[in-house]
Amino acid sequence: MATTEIKHQPEVLEAVIIRFVGDSGDGMQLTGTQFSDTSAMFGNDIATFPNYPAEIRAPQGSLYGVSGFQVHIGSVEISTPGDEVDLLVAMNPAGLKTNLHAVKPGHTIIVDTDAFTKKNLEKAQYDSNPLEDGSLENYRVIEVTMTSLTKEALKDVEGLDNKSITRSKNMFALGMVYWMYDRSTDHTIAFFKNKFKTKPQLIEANTKVLNTGYYFAETLELIPNSYTVAPAKMESGTYRIIMGNTATAWGFLAASEKCGLDLFLGSYPITPASDILHELAKHKHFGVKTFQAEDEIAGITSAIGASFAGNLAITTTSGPGLALKGEALGLAMMIEMPLVVVNVQRGGPSTGLPTKTEQSDLLQTLYGRNGESPVIVLAASTPSNCFDFAYEAAKLTIEHMTPVVLLSDGYIANGSAPWKIKSVSDMPDINNNIIHKAKENWHPYDRNEKTLARDWAIPGTPGLEHRVGGLEKDRISGNVSYVPDNHEYMVNIRAEKIMRVQNSIPELTTAFSDEGDLLVIGWGGTYGSLYSTVKHIKEEGFNTIGFAHFNYINPLPKNTAEVLKRFKKIVVCELNNGQFAKVLKLNFNDFNILQFNKIQGLPFGNEELVQKFKQLVK
Amino acid sequence: MDTTVENKYTFKDFASDQEVRWCPGCDDYVILRAMQKALPEIGVKKEDIVFISGIGCSSRFPYYMDTYGMHSIHGRAPAIATGTKLANPNLSVWVITGDGDSMAIGGNHFIHALRRNVDLNILLFNNEIYGLTKGQFSPTSLVGQKTKSSPYGNTQPPFSAGELAIGAQARFFARIGGNTPKEMTQIFIEAEKFKGTSLIEVMQNCPIFNDGCFDQFTDKAVRADKQLFVEHGKPMIFGKDRNQGLVLNGLKLEVVAIGENNITEEDILVHDAKEQDPTLHQMLVRLDYPKVMGVIRSFNDITLEERKDAQTQEVKSNSKFRKTDDLFFSGDIYEVE
Repeated sequence: MATTEIKHQPEVLEAVIIRFVGDSGDGMQLTGTQFSDTSAMFGNDIATFPNYPAEIRAPQGSLYGVSGFQVHIGSVEISTPGDEVDLLVAMNPAGLKTNLHAVKPGHTIIVDTDAFTKKNLEKAQYDSNPLEDGSLENYRVIEVTMTSLTKEALKDVEGLDNKSITRSKNMFALGMVYWMYDRSTDHTIAFFKNKFKTKPQLIEANTKVLNTGYYFAETLELIPNSYTVAPAKMESGTYRIIMGNTATAWGFLAASEKCGLDLFLGSYPITPASDILHELAKHKHFGVKTFQAEDEIAGITSAIGASFAGNLAITTTSGPGLALKGEALGLAMMIEMPLVVVNVQRGGPSTGLPTKTEQSDLLQTLYGRNGESPVIVLAASTPSNCFDFAYEAAKLTIEHMTPVVLLSDGYIANGSAPWKIKSVSDMPDINNNIIHKAKENWHPYDRNEKTLARDWAIPGTPGLEHRVGGLEKDRISGNVSYVPDNHEYMVNIRAEKIMRVQNSIPELTTAFSDEGDLLVIGWGGTYGSLYSTVKHIKEEGFNTIGFAHFNYINPLPKNTAEVLKRFKKIVVCELNNGQFAKVLKLNFNDFNILQFNKIQGLPFGNEELVQKFKQLVK
Repeated sequence: MDTTVENKYTFKDFASDQEVRWCPGCDDYVILRAMQKALPEIGVKKEDIVFISGIGCSSRFPYYMDTYGMHSIHGRAPAIATGTKLANPNLSVWVITGDGDSMAIGGNHFIHALRRNVDLNILLFNNEIYGLTKGQFSPTSLVGQKTKSSPYGNTQPPFSAGELAIGAQARFFARIGGNTPKEMTQIFIEAEKFKGTSLIEVMQNCPIFNDGCFDQFTDKAVRADKQLFVEHGKPMIFGKDRNQGLVLNGLKLEVVAIGENNITEEDILVHDAKEQDPTLHQMLVRLDYPKVMGVIRSFNDITLEERKDAQTQEVKSNSKFRKTDDLFFSGDIYEVE
């Protein structure tokens, strides 16, 4: 393979950020995924961020049809896909126009000059060709006639139509980038062999174009040097690259195996949650039952029905779907059955920004139901810990007999990162409340003294026949009750049951500093941005900044007030208008809680956070 | 798994300790008793029976049955029951619903349950009115009907439950008057024995808000002449004197008198409930005179759970994955030293 022939002396970098952009049909997601997988296998730590339009195939060449994939690779710990990029690969003018602002001045842009036609320039609303008018003077621009070179490379390959030829030009770009960063093409060629098993001409074509790009970069005098990023120091073990949504699905698979209950998913397709349904639909071999329902409501209610029958039942959705599921979630809480609702948050309100990220469903999740209806709320914070929190959600719902909402978001759901693979045998036990035999004087609302979880009597068990329902129930018999005192008692006990979950969850910890001038608080998917920013500031000598990140939202960790108390200032950073800040203010009114909010459908950038934090510690 | 037992139960075994709270004179009492009588004959073990209801007068039903049960939320019982049945196909799952619950707020779940053909029994109490909310028109109320929310007469044309159901691919549809308990019990037994979604529409009188709405064909005095009770394989004959029958005239059903105009029993249509083509079943459903009761359609078809189970068995036998470890440690994995 070509890697053995490399003669250049690569420059060693700690980390590099690369963004591939093009039309939504240009295969940018595939290109980016291949590059990140190859880098991860090389031993780099990685974080990725796909950014694509809601339209599947938006009009070619249009500004809003640009699809991008950003990957951050490093020999150091990588917690975010990064802000500004070192290398932009732009397959057309629209991609260049919409992404130029993200390129670090002086850094590299590779463009397919064949795509810079008059028509495409017009579509990208360029008055003049940026390759000719001097507007790219501050960058190192590598102009490549990528489409023509691809066509030329494939002129002798038989059985290809024009479309397949032009579509493989993304592999030319990938080949170039592989050479620039000293990566082997082996993984991608193996990928072609597997993907195009039945179409050998496509294996040949894609391999040829990939290699042509690779050799082109090698011999091209336009590239003055090449770079490498050494393997990162990561904990030893077996790894794989995992996307957040896959990790979520797998966390439930693991929980199902551990607790011995079949997994049932009732769901209705919605961006960006559908991949969890797709993933679980593949795993019938584990006895997983997936049910694509007629709507969001049937998604959750079928799951409630399955839970009633003794399955580990879950439903997956995003913001608008959670709104539709509200009444049924209240029912699950009222009948005190296990149920996990996964909400992969996206930009709202209403249909909002379906493919963009946001954290604006927090208040809906906590309070968006009629009556006093608390549920357990967890939030995953990285692509790989989606696995842990899906598992934790399943564990808590089964152990505490009350629904759990697991919050994820488009950013971590579609992002990928290395995951040190966990075996089910390493996961904590899950203890259920199932009652197998009739006991004398048994009542459906008999509770575990410690957790207050009620017994789970499953249809098919003789002697335990009983009725549940949305009407208020007598505290013991479970029969319908309108008695005023009983209602108040039941409302309080359902709330107390959630509070007692505090005994089952870890305490809040702080990173970088246990006390000091400023505590940076985050929750959910902003972990990477906040962690890396505080780390960076600390390295600059700001030693009085601490960082606390919440994965447990309801109930909050027991020691939350203790932690807040130790800092002079507190700033809650979130991708909404201050929803978690509101929750903290409601719970702890002794603290002056500041906010830093962003609602652009995008994750936090390190630079904006650095500025804010420095200003606050001044 | 065999979940049936010898006839050890009586109707009392299925009565819960809860006091029944429907209005005096309501047909719901008749339906409850017919069910409590049908279940011992069906013979499924008590612990394997689940009643799931939505919201409305009828939906209190599960509280009165000493089986497993869930009184859920408005319109969603078919979706909940689908989850229950898919999770444990050994259970005998009944959905209890009303005309508003199934065809207004829960219309979507209702039609999709029928389309999928999960082995559920849906018992629809149709009284052409909203009872629990005290007297508004329902999706089966007649045009012109005066109700609390239509004081000058209802302006919305009604659904016919049977037409809607058969249009939604229902394999089993039966209809019965709310005051004929013996026939009702038999229909419940047939519905439970049928593999697939069975829909039973009970024309149930609401004595408070829509009293007498079905009298023109359910009243004891006219019942024999106004109702045709169909049975599979038998000629469609009705009337006190068993001298009326149905024939097909062109594309229409026609009532003829046996013994007149040389018409004999041989000329009368024979009911074929098992026919896949629903055309004639739809015509029977639509007929105003006589009002057709009994099992109108009973077409045997594969159920959703059978399809899903077959697929799962096939995937299991071909898959290399037995435990999640097999999946997690497969494919593109790599070692970090």
